[in-house]
Amino acid sequence: MLKVEHLTKMFGGLAAVNDVSVEFGANQINAIIGPNGAGKSTFFNLISGVHQPTSGRILLEGKDVTTMRCDHVAKLGVGRTFQTTNLFETATVLDNLIVGYRLRTNSGLWDVLINSKRLQAEEKAAREKAREALDFVGLTYAENRYIADCTQEERKRVAFALALATQPKIVLLDEPAAGVNPEETEGLADLMKKMVKHGLTVCLIEHKMDMIMGIADKIMVLDHGEKIAEGTPEEVKNNPVVIEAYLGSDHDAAA
Amino acid sequence: MMFKLGALIMHPASKYVLLALALLFPAMAANEYQIYVMATAFIWAIAVYGFNVITGYCGQLNLAHGGFFAIGAYAVALLTADYGWNFWPAFIGALVVTGVLGLLVGAVSLRLKEHYFAIFTLCVGFIIYLLLDKWEELTHGALGVRNIAAPDGFGLVNFRETIPVYYLILFFLVFIIWFTSRIQKSLLGRTFIAIRNGDDLAQSLGINLMRNKILAFVVSTVYAGLAGALYAGMIRFVGPEDGNILHTFNMIMYMLVGGIGTLFGPLLGTVGIVWITQSLQFLEEYRMIIFGPLLVILVIFFPLGIAGSFLTWMHRKAQALGLGSKKPQKESKVKTTAGREAENNA
Amino acid sequence: MTIFLQQVFNGLTLGSIYGLVALGLTLVYGILHIPNFAHGALYMVGAFISYFFMVDIGAHYWVAMAGAAVVVAVLGVVCERLVFHPLRNAPPIHDKIAAIGILLFLEALVHMVWGSDFRRMASPFGGVVNLDGVFLREQGILIIASTVVLVVALNLFLRKTMVGATIIAMAQNREGAFLVGIDANRVAMMTFAISGALAAIAATLYAPLNLVYPAMGHLVIMKAFVIIILGGMGSIPGAIVGGMIIGFAEAFGGYYISTAYKDVIAFALLVVILSIRPQGLFAKGAH
Repeated sequence: MLKVEHLTKMFGGLAAVNDVSVEFGANQINAIIGPNGAGKSTFFNLISGVHQPTSGRILLEGKDVTTMRCDHVAKLGVGRTFQTTNLFETATVLDNLIVGYRLRTNSGLWDVLINSKRLQAEEKAAREKAREALDFVGLTYAENRYIADCTQEERKRVAFALALATQPKIVLLDEPAAGVNPEETEGLADLMKKMVKHGLTVCLIEHKMDMIMGIADKIMVLDHGEKIAEGTPEEVKNNPVVIEAYLGSDHDAAA
Repeated sequence: MMFKLGALIMHPASKYVLLALALLFPAMAANEYQIYVMATAFIWAIAVYGFNVITGYCGQLNLAHGGFFAIGAYAVALLTADYGWNFWPAFIGALVVTGVLGLLVGAVSLRLKEHYFAIFTLCVGFIIYLLLDKWEELTHGALGVRNIAAPDGFGLVNFRETIPVYYLILFFLVFIIWFTSRIQKSLLGRTFIAIRNGDDLAQSLGINLMRNKILAFVVSTVYAGLAGALYAGMIRFVGPEDGNILHTFNMIMYMLVGGIGTLFGPLLGTVGIVWITQSLQFLEEYRMIIFGPLLVILVIFFPLGIAGSFLTWMHRKAQALGLGSKKPQKESKVKTTAGREAENNA
Repeated sequence: MTIFLQQVFNGLTLGSIYGLVALGLTLVYGILHIPNFAHGALYMVGAFISYFFMVDIGAHYWVAMAGAAVVVAVLGVVCERLVFHPLRNAPPIHDKIAAIGILLFLEALVHMVWGSDFRRMASPFGGVVNLDGVFLREQGILIIASTVVLVVALNLFLRKTMVGATIIAMAQNREGAFLVGIDANRVAMMTFAISGALAAIAATLYAPLNLVYPAMGHLVIMKAFVIIILGGMGSIPGAIVGGMIIGFAEAFGGYYISTAYKDVIAFALLVVILSIRPQGLFAKGAH
């Protein structure tokens, strides 16, 4: 599904991501873990085209997307959520989601002026896709609620729905469960499993180890921009290098 | 009670009532001066609608906006007074000039983000002002431009008179509001709002940032140019002071008071403040002693403005009354397209 | 050669004033990430306060300068407390609009109190030194010397004192600074105070060569913005270097190109540079 070869990103003289090669299989939950500052978010930014890599290649379903711009990568089917999602607070959940399907539409200013058939059809489609996504994440009941009136967990689900409304093949989730309670975390984990069940590939960055170990098919561990381990949860858990990295970083934090 | 009143205001028919009031205004006005003030307010409102497109919807604080108003006004002024064009060709010329300049300035400035963009456009606005003031060969410098052609009338309609020109301006205002409402409701408007919410998120939704920002920018400058062109046609004199940065600041206030990013905010704010300013004539130069702190208070306590606060209040009230909300459901049964594909493949 | 040296002196004088104003602006930006559009108004108020102390109270030039510095420093702190602090978590467009509100208010207030007349402010350093055909105004020499002293003093303050160190720490890493328990409020107030005082001193230094009037801050603030973009927003050496670049560009451009357009030079320079390098001349990235 997603194949990364010798990916490196330098900022100034520092390598935020250093020679990382990995392959994420389709229809799986792939997790990226590592201490703070390990380059996890940068890794996502490289895949989604926000940053251009210094060297290396990124292949999406065999297609080279290494130097592709962000909006093109999204069109190819890479959906994404962020640690914090800024939405239009005083607009309804549904209104916030309709734009998700925009990338599959073509209407421009002229269509707006003459209210073209194309625009009408595309707006109808966008609304339908938004409703579908909302339904998928189980938020149909909150369709008309303002974002400002949503709970933290509901916001997370809205962010998921927005990514899903772009009709992606793979979704990159950046700390999807940060800031929600354990019970809700379980709900979000179920949602990720549901995504995979419906044919999506999930990649996530997460710090909540219990959750990761429970749902991930594959885990990649980054430390100081380098891949130090990969494998099933069981393999990673028992890998001495990983344990060292985490303990080491604890020492750093304490110092 | 309040809610019912609000619902009445939200009723689709109220915009026709508003239009009827605007059409009848010349008959209700006490004197010609009031009609003139209202026409001026409408001109500014058109420019503020443009401001609202780039700043309210798209989230880019363009401090050169007043400069584009002045460019529109000067385009009409110079083309008619110095080059002998008729008003309407010059009017079209003004839209083209502001559109093309908007494209050029937008293409450069929109590569910058947030503060950089605001500062850069502030400087562009100031360059426009300085050029109007100093480039005497083209702009007549500090003297300004006189003898601007009035809009050519037809039949018995003569746009040299206040009442016909009022209706002309009202026509353009209604068109602009209609067009803006179309943008706002469309996928295009939603695209702009997604950009306001954040560049990163918008990009991840597959939105081409540059193209959409430039589009919003050009739409906004053409609005400003349109307003400027009408201004030149009505006042029939322009000077460098029309490019003063203060006009941009005034427009920010109109937009903010009315409700930034809302459809009727610009109209409400502009007409409201223009009339308040009129009734506070004795303050004239010092009105900013009131309006300056007002601006601060608004962004701190009422960033949504009148229209925004009203709409929010109405929405919450409607939600609380249980209109349109459904019971939570635990898990949905409907499958997504991706899901169906997966099952088909299996 | 004489003319050239004359322009060097003029460039240094102008550059010093611009540098001082830009310094205050860049400090506030570096720490609070606010582009303070009201900074030019603080500069203008500083000039009027000095004028008030000198003409209406009859204080000595130095006393007036110190008084203006204190008053404007307090004014800066008041702005921070009443306006920018409540807006610290608001969308970025809000603090800019609020700053514009402050600017409009201060200008209207000064306008009401002192009127819109152009006023002349004398300084005890009205003489001219003739150095082999190059005329050095004493006030110009004072400006350059004061700027050197202030920049050195500020540098010592930031590097050697505890408060200064916290300002630097916060400028470099806001979240980190919170984690190690820096009192962000105190740092913010301190920064606004320094920024205001610098603006008032710059205004008092420059006013005798220029005039005092309510709109005097417009051009200066805009040039200061140009400077800090050139020098990198938040960078202290950048503000000084940028100030000198613009000062020299104006002195030489005004003489060799056109006096009428000398004010356009700074902005044209900005437009050209940002068109080629959107992240500024020395900045690491446009964030």
